[in-house]
Amino acid sequence: MVTNLDGNAAREFGALKARAFDYIRPATVAEALAAFAEAEGDASYIAGGQSLVPALALRLQAPARLIDIGHIAALRGIAVEDGWLRLGALTRHVEAHDHPLIAAHAPLLALAAPHVAHPAIRNRGTLGGSVALADPASEFPAMMLAMEAEIEIAGPAGTRRVPAETFFQDLYQTALEPGELLAALHIPVAQPEHRCAFDEIARRRGDYALVGCGIRLALPRDRVEEARIAFLAVGPTPMRARAAETALAGARLDADAIARAQAALAQDLDPPEDSEVPPAMRLHLSRVLLGRLLGRLRGQIAEAA
Amino acid sequence: MSAPLHVTLTVNGETLSRLIEPRETLADFLRRDLGLTGTHTGCEMGVCGACLVLLDGVPVHACLIFAVQAAGANIATVEGLTESAAVTDLQRAFHERNALQCGFCTPGMLIAAQGLLDRTPMPSRAEIRDALSGNYCRCTGYEAIVDAIETVARKRAAGEAAPRFAEEPA
Repeated sequence: MVTNLDGNAAREFGALKARAFDYIRPATVAEALAAFAEAEGDASYIAGGQSLVPALALRLQAPARLIDIGHIAALRGIAVEDGWLRLGALTRHVEAHDHPLIAAHAPLLALAAPHVAHPAIRNRGTLGGSVALADPASEFPAMMLAMEAEIEIAGPAGTRRVPAETFFQDLYQTALEPGELLAALHIPVAQPEHRCAFDEIARRRGDYALVGCGIRLALPRDRVEEARIAFLAVGPTPMRARAAETALAGARLDADAIARAQAALAQDLDPPEDSEVPPAMRLHLSRVLLGRLLGRLRGQIAEAA
Repeated sequence: MSAPLHVTLTVNGETLSRLIEPRETLADFLRRDLGLTGTHTGCEMGVCGACLVLLDGVPVHACLIFAVQAAGANIATVEGLTESAAVTDLQRAFHERNALQCGFCTPGMLIAAQGLLDRTPMPSRAEIRDALSGNYCRCTGYEAIVDAIETVARKRAAGEAAPRFAEEPA
């Protein structure tokens, strides 16, 4: 397994350089999996590298082998098929920002993208990498929950698809087994009755959010048929707010329903202790953000009527 | 197993082959191996933006890419963009507007600005600020940098080509 060294120690020594590793650039998924197996677990896959390279520089990770999956054609591509949008793992953040198919079929990704880090990071970072890392404060993993996405995983035993709901298991823990590779994200295409909103509260744009939230409402007429609400930065994984969803189901999107959903958040979220932001403040900000987003959707619906 | 690898890549229009140790970042490769010290290394962890280069035309952090990953890619550094006069108008505007003091962040700022104007020829001030959100400047307070980029955007939109430095600006 990767060696965990103390990042502070690396900083003290001024050693912002990765430990030596061997570098392999496979052309196919099968070659990548074989390269990992050969390294007997002491390897990492690298794609955009925007989170991994700093971790290597700080020697928080120090694998003996780096397997660059950035040139595997099968991991690329954005396409719609049978009601699903397939995003190859190597789809870059900037494509979530710009790509017309993503704007049309996965609007939550397009809404979240401008909040992800900074432009140069978005030019390089990949959606697959972000979801595989499963940082609970990241935007894209939480949107997988809100969109009912399925994560395609390639491994020695073949390919499987895992719903986002069971993919995110604990802090940085996912359904990916050692050596497995996130191959693609599958997202059910947005329906005409879907109304989506995303926002976050951060001290500065591009900083880690204090709290973020993505919402997808199915609103065929004037009542909410189904609500999907996912929060980031409020727990060990991206978090679904089921009680708040239930509070909205079947209701008109009026001030009362919004207040009920906000109140229900106390059942959904139990933010951890944190040196910067007390749990009660995070819960409060979550309520504020939920109210803001639902209010925004309500305004849009009123305008469209 | 971590032996140097033969890597071929294009830097500032010139295709090169070099033996590169896998753990060497693109920033270190440009600075140490090629002597292109205009790419600055500040934080070396993707926060400060001083090491931005254009990789296949888009700004990326040279500290967050290993040089071996850039095999086959086309890299432009601030030296290349200076020689080709692609950023001469930006450089002049930075100078005229006092958009730098110590200058450490300036190469990254120029690359970020060039990347922005390629994508968005007439950005709003908010868009300029957003494009610079990953570039730290501890001297200027950013206002002058935003002014300089805004000025160049207008001039380029009006069809004014980047003027070459005929002489050292006064």
